[in-house]
Amino acid sequence: MNDVLLVAVLAVPAVGAAVVALLPARLDRPARVAATVFAAAAFVLTLLLATARGSGWFGYAPAAPSIRPWAELNVAWVPTLNIDFHLGVDGVSYPLIVLTGLLTLLCCAYTVAKVPDGGSGRTLAALLLVLEVGILGTFLALDLVLFFIFFEVVLLPMYAVIAGWGGPDRRRAARKFVLYTLFGSVLLLLGVFTVVVAAGTGDMMALAGGLGLSRNAQYAAFALFAVAFAVKAPLWPLHTWLPDAHTEAPTVGSVILAGVLLKMGTYGLIRVGVGVAPLGAAWAAPVLGILAVAAIIVGSLVCLRLTELKRLIAYSSVGHMGFVLLGIATLTVTGIQAALIGNVAHGVITGLLFFMAGAIKDRAHTGDLASLGGLRETAPRMAGLLGFAAIASLGLPGLAGFWGEAFAVVGSIQRGGPLWTTLAVVAAVGGALTGAYFMRLLRRVTHGPASPVVAKLPHPQLSGMEWAAWSPLVLLALAIGLVPALVLAATSDPVAALTGALR
Amino acid sequence: MIAEVFGTLVPGVPLTLGLAGLLLPPGDGGRGLRRAAAALGIAGAAISFAVTVFLLLVATVFPGHEAHGVIEFSKRWIDFGGLDVTFGFSAAAAALYVALAVTVVALAVQVYSVAYLHDDLRYAPYAAQVSLFTGAMLLVVTSGDLLLLLVGWEVMGVCSYLLIGHDRRLPEAPAAAVKAFLVTRVGDVGFLLGVAILAVSAGTTRLTEVLSHHYSSTTLTAALILILAGVAGKSAQFPLHTWLPDAMAGPTPISALIHAATMVAAGVYVVFRLFPLFTRSPAALAVLGVIAAITLLLGALAATAQDDIKRALAWSTVSQIGYMTGALAVGSPAAALFHLLTHAAFKALLFLAAGAVIHAVATNSMSRMGGLREHMPVTFWSTAIGLGALAGLPPLSGFWSKENVLVAAAHATEGGGPTPIWVAWIVWIAALIGVAVTAWYATRLLLRTFFGAARAAADDWRGGFDDALYQRPAAPHDPPALMRWPVVLLAIPSAVLGLAAYLPGFRSALELEEPHLGVSIVLPIVLLLLGAGTAWWTWQAAPGTDPAAALGPLRPIFANGFYLDAVQDRLIVRPVRALAGLVRTIDEGVVDGAVEGAGVSTTRLGALLATAHRAALPRAAVAVFTGALLLGVAAAIYGASL
Repeated sequence: MNDVLLVAVLAVPAVGAAVVALLPARLDRPARVAATVFAAAAFVLTLLLATARGSGWFGYAPAAPSIRPWAELNVAWVPTLNIDFHLGVDGVSYPLIVLTGLLTLLCCAYTVAKVPDGGSGRTLAALLLVLEVGILGTFLALDLVLFFIFFEVVLLPMYAVIAGWGGPDRRRAARKFVLYTLFGSVLLLLGVFTVVVAAGTGDMMALAGGLGLSRNAQYAAFALFAVAFAVKAPLWPLHTWLPDAHTEAPTVGSVILAGVLLKMGTYGLIRVGVGVAPLGAAWAAPVLGILAVAAIIVGSLVCLRLTELKRLIAYSSVGHMGFVLLGIATLTVTGIQAALIGNVAHGVITGLLFFMAGAIKDRAHTGDLASLGGLRETAPRMAGLLGFAAIASLGLPGLAGFWGEAFAVVGSIQRGGPLWTTLAVVAAVGGALTGAYFMRLLRRVTHGPASPVVAKLPHPQLSGMEWAAWSPLVLLALAIGLVPALVLAATSDPVAALTGALR
Repeated sequence: MIAEVFGTLVPGVPLTLGLAGLLLPPGDGGRGLRRAAAALGIAGAAISFAVTVFLLLVATVFPGHEAHGVIEFSKRWIDFGGLDVTFGFSAAAAALYVALAVTVVALAVQVYSVAYLHDDLRYAPYAAQVSLFTGAMLLVVTSGDLLLLLVGWEVMGVCSYLLIGHDRRLPEAPAAAVKAFLVTRVGDVGFLLGVAILAVSAGTTRLTEVLSHHYSSTTLTAALILILAGVAGKSAQFPLHTWLPDAMAGPTPISALIHAATMVAAGVYVVFRLFPLFTRSPAALAVLGVIAAITLLLGALAATAQDDIKRALAWSTVSQIGYMTGALAVGSPAAALFHLLTHAAFKALLFLAAGAVIHAVATNSMSRMGGLREHMPVTFWSTAIGLGALAGLPPLSGFWSKENVLVAAAHATEGGGPTPIWVAWIVWIAALIGVAVTAWYATRLLLRTFFGAARAAADDWRGGFDDALYQRPAAPHDPPALMRWPVVLLAIPSAVLGLAAYLPGFRSALELEEPHLGVSIVLPIVLLLLGAGTAWWTWQAAPGTDPAAALGPLRPIFANGFYLDAVQDRLIVRPVRALAGLVRTIDEGVVDGAVEGAGVSTTRLGALLATAHRAALPRAAVAVFTGALLLGVAAAIYGASL
């Protein structure tokens, strides 16, 4: 039953993508509706995965392997090379799987109402479903080679989305995105084969805790993994593909890109990097921590000076992912749990922010902060939602963003010693800078007298589809903030087992 | 059971109704919308008030019902790697008194705002934000967990931001709102780190366990000084006080809310709540004492030279909070809390009365007021009571609480307490000087506003934060009933709350000592008479002139708050901005430049190779043959050598 469910989670969007792409051009709108139905079905299936949990997730013991999926499917795929089609879900991956299902659904629904200029709507919807297959596969894969394949599946559809439906400078941005992340993929491939050759298997459950890998092999593997995932996450200074890609991508592309695509990097770092090469992780942790904090500071300082709405929000991801990476780098249970909830919170909140930025840019035809202003005078609902998203993003306690950022700092202090204490202090200062640039953004966009562009804003009201696409994110930002257990309920044992390998 | 249900209701009701209020349709929906918004806002404060009164009865009348009179419950919220975060309510009678003050002021502000913002198009979100603000403060007061407290603490910061920036017609409002949020947020960096250090050592954020945990003295001092940074931000203590005078851009009822019962009181309350830890760290108390003494004098002196009536009151808040932190620093949390309660009453009264004045004369500027006593008798008498309490005139409330602070400071100069003796001396002397200065500016405010000749109305009357300029009133008059009654009702506690020190139940809840009117009250009363007398004497010697003129060259320094805004701008704001510009240039030029450069040079290299390969037939043929020849020679040499 569980294995059927696991296959179905991947098969439904894949079939959906094929069906939607094959529908004739005159059925463009029905095709988009069909895509939404398929995405909804996939989302329901991701929710159903929780029912498979049963009692299996209690059985953690310190000596046990760190991955104990509550639903699992293991089929021999290329027996001669020891490569298996091995899928599974546990507490670490499950929140991200649901988030992927939800964001794809919301983006497909949004595409029904609004197709960005550049190409046909049904192709865009089909690409969104292909993206979903790749992302879900990455989060589900329990075999390194399979993980790599799904990791790569995502690349070209995303390239097509940016290059096909993006802004004026889309081709250059898409090229930069695909080349930069391909560079990361090459390193990931090298890392995967380093591990597979050294250990003789690609099964992540067998490899968990660094079993079967010598110290040097772990160092090499982790270095390769870390750089590969750092490009995806992105970690400063390997982040420069991100602002261009986001600025040019269509709204739905930005939402998927920031919401779940970046999480493949941080998830990979936890599951593959720390999971397979824990000694390497411990060895590289200080460097990772320093770069993460540098990302927080640089990201927020750059945001203080940016003048374009979407670019600013894109850059803010650098700082937020810095907090997530700092949590991972501490290698404490607290820090990694903070990273997990930070991942999900960033997906929800930045998704909402990109939806808002897209809606404002679509109406005002500019994202220049200097020509926006006084939004609350003409479009109070939109200004209110933008304010909510910004306040959630700057980490207001009680909303989702807080837990990840605050507990990355706590984890860093828990780690102790001069280096980690300093990192905690600098990261906390970065939190204040985050507040500063979001306040600047709100002051420019929502406060003051209405600028000429805003005063003549077409459709200041929100459409029904916009409400439908955004309200789940608003509710989730509040719900995760009030009940963090929604994300973290099943994580403490797997994470304890993960860090247990370090002791 | 009582704690679970009713404890949760205290902050829960205003927070929930506040969130519900935000969902009301925006814009002017007519009377129906305004009524719904007002109902939600007033209901939130009123229900919370009723529940607090009930809990207070439970805690004081039937103290045996709950352990040690503390009503509490605690549930696990989330476990972060063995770090236990709980969700709980914990309030002794003292906390409930603070909650009572919060709900009373919030209720007064909600009712008052109905009339004060009667033609504001964005009244609905305003009322909802006031509810959220109240709920957040109640969360700080009643939380049994440090992290839950932090939630209320930060939500309050956001609400203050939203409310200070409420007024659409004030160009300075957005900047003031951002400043309030960012200055307090800078302090909160320390607060978060302090909480993190305390929590990591104790393994939990639950307050009872944190308070009883044994910390090493360096850890404790570091954590407490970091927490003091947050306290300085929220409670407007030097050097993070700069946001408060600018926050006057908010509507006047918001000033009453921020200054009396929420926000600035939160910092003092948190030190009170964590006081068992502070008694173990003389260094942290010394830092607090020095900050308190500086703030107390700085605020009082700056208040002497303000022309804007709200700014004068704002600086007086800075100074009065200095009394509270001073009391904490000399080891008397009871005196601090007592002064917090009386201050909540008389400062709310003063701001709401000032709002009535501003509403009547359509200006904030005291130089354009005068002679209002005859037109606005209710407002005049209320303000007189409030200012008397502020100055510490017996038998008004402020006299008793300030007396308590002074006695505590004098007592601490004899040593024996946790506070270093030199700190006690500094606090005591500053507090005594503060008495005279407070009396001076309170008298000036009263004389300039309500006495003397009425100044002629002119069209260029706009000045200061004109948040009440809806229409020009024909003649100044007392405000409508919805604004008048909150003022009148607040005048009662402002006058008599001090006498509560004679009630044994109140005293034991605060752990306050019984007032003993001995020689110790002579010195403050002499200083008070000196201050008030000087102000009156300069004023009557030259009628119509500002007593502040007597300050001479000091006047602009005081009026500008010792130019600390400019210092902050030079030392923090501009360097950060410059650094941000530099980092952006480096990030886009160097980091991204390297990436782009790699791309460009690869393309160029490719083009170069392509050019090299794009050869005409003769040259290509020559190249092929040369290659073949070279390979042949190499093969021959290689083969020969085998």
